[in-house]
Amino acid sequence: MSEARPLIALAGNPNTGKTTLFNHLTGSRARVGNYPGVTVERRVATMTLGAGQEADLVDIPGTYSIVGRSAEEQIAVRELTGLGGGRRPDLVVLCVDATNLVRNLYLALQLQELGVNLVIALTMMDEARGILPEPHRLGAALQCSIAPVVARSGEGVSALVELIRDRLATPDAAPRWRWTPSAALREVMDRVTAAAPAGWPKDDALALWALMSVSEDDELQGVPAAVRAAALLGGPGGEAIDEEVITARYRWLDEHIAPLLSGPPERSLTDRVDAVLIHPVFGFVVFLGIMFVVFQSLFAWADPAITLIEDVFGALGGLIASSLPPGILNDLLVNGVIGGMGSVVVFLPQILLLFFMLGLLEDSGYMARVAYLMDRVMRLMNLNGRAFVPMLSGFACAIPAVMATRTMERQRDRLLTMMVVPLMTCSARLPIYTLMIGALFPPDRLWGVVPVQGLLMVAMYLFSVVMALSAAWVLSRTVLKAPNVALVLELPPYRAPRLRDVLRMMTSRASMFLREAGTVILGFTILLWALLSFPKDVELTQDYEAQIAAAATEEQAAELTAARDGERLRGSYGGRLGHALEPVIQPLGFDWKIGVGLIGAFAAREVFVSTMGVVYGVGGDVNEESVTLRERMRSELRDDGKPVYTPLVGMSLMAFFALACQCMSTLAVVKRETGGWRWPAFLFVYMTSLAWAVSFVIYQGGRLLGFAG
Amino acid sequence: MAERHQTDEIPLASLATGATALLTRIGGDRAFRRRVMELGLVPGSAVQKRKTAPLGDPIELEVRGCRLSIRRAEAEVVWVKA
Repeated sequence: MSEARPLIALAGNPNTGKTTLFNHLTGSRARVGNYPGVTVERRVATMTLGAGQEADLVDIPGTYSIVGRSAEEQIAVRELTGLGGGRRPDLVVLCVDATNLVRNLYLALQLQELGVNLVIALTMMDEARGILPEPHRLGAALQCSIAPVVARSGEGVSALVELIRDRLATPDAAPRWRWTPSAALREVMDRVTAAAPAGWPKDDALALWALMSVSEDDELQGVPAAVRAAALLGGPGGEAIDEEVITARYRWLDEHIAPLLSGPPERSLTDRVDAVLIHPVFGFVVFLGIMFVVFQSLFAWADPAITLIEDVFGALGGLIASSLPPGILNDLLVNGVIGGMGSVVVFLPQILLLFFMLGLLEDSGYMARVAYLMDRVMRLMNLNGRAFVPMLSGFACAIPAVMATRTMERQRDRLLTMMVVPLMTCSARLPIYTLMIGALFPPDRLWGVVPVQGLLMVAMYLFSVVMALSAAWVLSRTVLKAPNVALVLELPPYRAPRLRDVLRMMTSRASMFLREAGTVILGFTILLWALLSFPKDVELTQDYEAQIAAAATEEQAAELTAARDGERLRGSYGGRLGHALEPVIQPLGFDWKIGVGLIGAFAAREVFVSTMGVVYGVGGDVNEESVTLRERMRSELRDDGKPVYTPLVGMSLMAFFALACQCMSTLAVVKRETGGWRWPAFLFVYMTSLAWAVSFVIYQGGRLLGFAG
Repeated sequence: MAERHQTDEIPLASLATGATALLTRIGGDRAFRRRVMELGLVPGSAVQKRKTAPLGDPIELEVRGCRLSIRRAEAEVVWVKA
């Protein structure tokens, strides 16, 4: 290890300015990946120690303690000690919020017990000058190197780097214990140490970690069976151990650290802001205002950029289409590759905007207040208040909403939110609803006042909320059943967000989306293009080419082209798949042509409209307002002469679109966030089965009630 | 809850808003106890009940200068002595 460049871990409580310090120390772009098995990201970047010397800095997710029974809580102890095959860092930099010393230093005591080579970065020194007059006395009390910094301005960072260099050259990794375990605790600690097999360190601090973390229902990985058994065996109960250890550490902190403080931290600004922001009336007014801005930006403000991206990719496609000879290559480039890239990039405006706003909300401290205000509501879904913003974003688009689940602490909460967010009425469903409602329901007014069509649209939104709530209720009691973890929420002081950190996080998320989810979306688009374009030698009923050439007017030629494309699509693999699907979707009231539309809609729901345009031979260049397409749908007859589209079929189809996972981009982004195909596969299967079942009940139930099928 | 009548302890949830009291013991499951204790809510510390969220839950506390929020149901098993 001596030749490899040093590995430094950056640890600390949440809200200590750790990310800002990470950015200051590294400056360069971080390499972002996922910890195996959990939806938590691992960020590593290169930091310069000076004079051509470099080190790797890994940002450990914010934590209050190294103890915990969940897989994600285990990350900290693994990164800090190298347990489970990782590399033990040569040095740990602990971010300690100087305005909240005692609570922050609890983690420092744990690290000293573990015997890590430790340097403390005392952050928020600008706010703490009045209450911590002599920071160096803290170093003496803790017997540890301390560097006061103001992460926001970078003040003190160079001194911190110097200290890091010194501690790397002359490590001090002697374990330091501030309390003495009772005889009963000593006995069980020795028992765990004695049980440790080769490869597991015989270490008091790790024995204590096992005693406090291992339980019958923990998610810990890589703990040897012997250690696990010894930690669970008799002696003083786990609860007594917890209380003894935690109380002893806090007693030492209260006696040795609290006296160094000259008074309580200055919180008058936070108090004044909170007087408004969590006020029973004004608090909700401001909350609604802020959430309106978040929602409106995704729903409306992103629109010009989205349109621009679509136009640019459209123009690019047109340019290539006209400059290359017509043929398969041309078609692949235009409709597969360019179209696919377009359908990736088109998500960027919403992702950038949402993460910009999430950054501001999180870094200012307001996100904790959102959780505080909305917890009562989100509890209905067995989630906590932090799930609110991702759920709200789902009304615009599931892609940024799924990515936004990262602001939640628990793996299980993130998964549960990801599994129900795609049920929200996203903006891509609107064209489908508009088409169906416009084509099949009369523009009448109920009791002369309420427009039927508008009412149906509102009903679809309500339906999606009810279904998402119910799905969360069911999933949280079955597939994602987890021990009910109590909400313990820190309400940090308000602080001005640092724009550079927000922008850096935003671009890092966006590039991650392009790199990882983007490639999957592109692959899916090309696959779908191939399904709907091949085989090329479909037997046509008429000699369209000759007729087009002989057409008298351009209109006639366009009609013939549309009819030819329709026949080709129906003969394609996708068309045949639509046929094959017919027995499955017939009980829902759908014919095989709708089946082809459903396959096309998998690229993105709104593609259903243009696919139906092609299927019905009115051309792919239609939108949901198209009168031709609506008329064509109304006049479409089944083999028995009855209309295909009745209001009942419309309801069934809308319910299907509301519930089915008709969106490969959602699957791609869930795959990226969860690090595998397991959860996206589950999402697809459960949503599509649910859609089928509900549409079945609507269609068959409606027919039983005597509505025209 | 037989113990309740033997002492002058009350649940944190019943403490008047704005009042400060001494924490005596913490009930609930092990993970919850450990989590709140590690955040500084150990027996013997002074805890202030600051506010109740507008929808009636959760409640806001201050302990060692740090603001925390826990749900009312959990505040029923955290015992304090005025």
